[in-house]
Amino acid sequence: MTAERLGFPQPWLTVALFVVWQFLADGVSGASVVMGLILAIVIPQITHRFWPDHPRLSRPWVLVRYLVVVFYDIIVASITVTILILNPRRPRPAFVSYPLTLNHPLGVTILASTISLTPGTVSSDVSDDGRLLLIHALDVDDEAELIRTIHERYEKPLLEMFQ
Amino acid sequence: MITIALYVTLAMVSAAALLNVYRLVKGPDAPDRILALDTLYINGIALVILLDVALGTRLYLEVALLMAIMGFVGTVALAKYLKRGSVIE
Amino acid sequence: MGSLHPVAEWIVSLLLLAGGFFTLVGAIGLVRLPDFYARLHGPTKATTLGVGSVVIASMLYFTLSTGEIAITEILITAFLFLTAPVSANFLAKAAMHLNVERSEETRGQPWEQ
Repeated sequence: MTAERLGFPQPWLTVALFVVWQFLADGVSGASVVMGLILAIVIPQITHRFWPDHPRLSRPWVLVRYLVVVFYDIIVASITVTILILNPRRPRPAFVSYPLTLNHPLGVTILASTISLTPGTVSSDVSDDGRLLLIHALDVDDEAELIRTIHERYEKPLLEMFQ
Repeated sequence: MITIALYVTLAMVSAAALLNVYRLVKGPDAPDRILALDTLYINGIALVILLDVALGTRLYLEVALLMAIMGFVGTVALAKYLKRGSVIE
Repeated sequence: MGSLHPVAEWIVSLLLLAGGFFTLVGAIGLVRLPDFYARLHGPTKATTLGVGSVVIASMLYFTLSTGEIAITEILITAFLFLTAPVSANFLAKAAMHLNVERSEETRGQPWEQ
């Protein structure tokens, strides 16, 4: 790891900190670049001992495609929920157990968050052995269909990234 | 144009906040009240940002950012308290 | 109010109104839906997107009216989108722990562990 020897224990954290500081300073200026660089170099140095393990992404470009899909689905989700809320018909909620094939902790976290932000579903719990994800769906006809959609749309790209 | 949209939006967000207060008072369970508080602070962020646009200043953005951070910490602490009976174990 | 290009003015106004609408819908859901688990859906999705579009409207407005880049709002949106599912998850767990009442139509059960 050349980046590590040069004093960057977590290169991605450094990049993220620098970018976040530019956002906080409301635009790029000389002062914000200098301060951002200092923080981006010093903070990973101080905190790298606290990180339990360094997350590794095998295919970063899949993440970009994934984010675009998720962003689109967030908008669709809000419109779906809006229709359900304003519809006088009572919704048909259900708890669904979703069998996980993903076992990377960060991957499961991202999947659970995605499920919460996308149409009609909130993820509620992960079983203790990490094999099942409990999902509450606001309005669902066919549980098997829901499980298949989540697997095809969200879990597949995450599997590509984390395994 | 923007002025009208701004005032209509302010009215809508204020109405939303009132509805949240209704849920906060009515309950019936503790998680419902926490959920109402959570939604209330998010609406507060929207109100602060709308105020920013209305006054044409960017002074209050830090307020919105702090509300986002503190509100999240508060919600998590309350939910954890309900589940475990203590916040820090 | 500064002077803006009419098209930009329309876009900012539409974003503002959409934001207010979604926020209001989230709150209506909070009041109207039958049980706690269903009520969890409104705030996590509709309200988050509502505030997100208000924030983007503000960003566009300041960038276009002053000509200086205004991007701090992006942080607020990103933070809200990251934290909304986490707090929803925590609340769902707390509710399951307390055995909060479910509406009769709910199929399936939360498991015990």
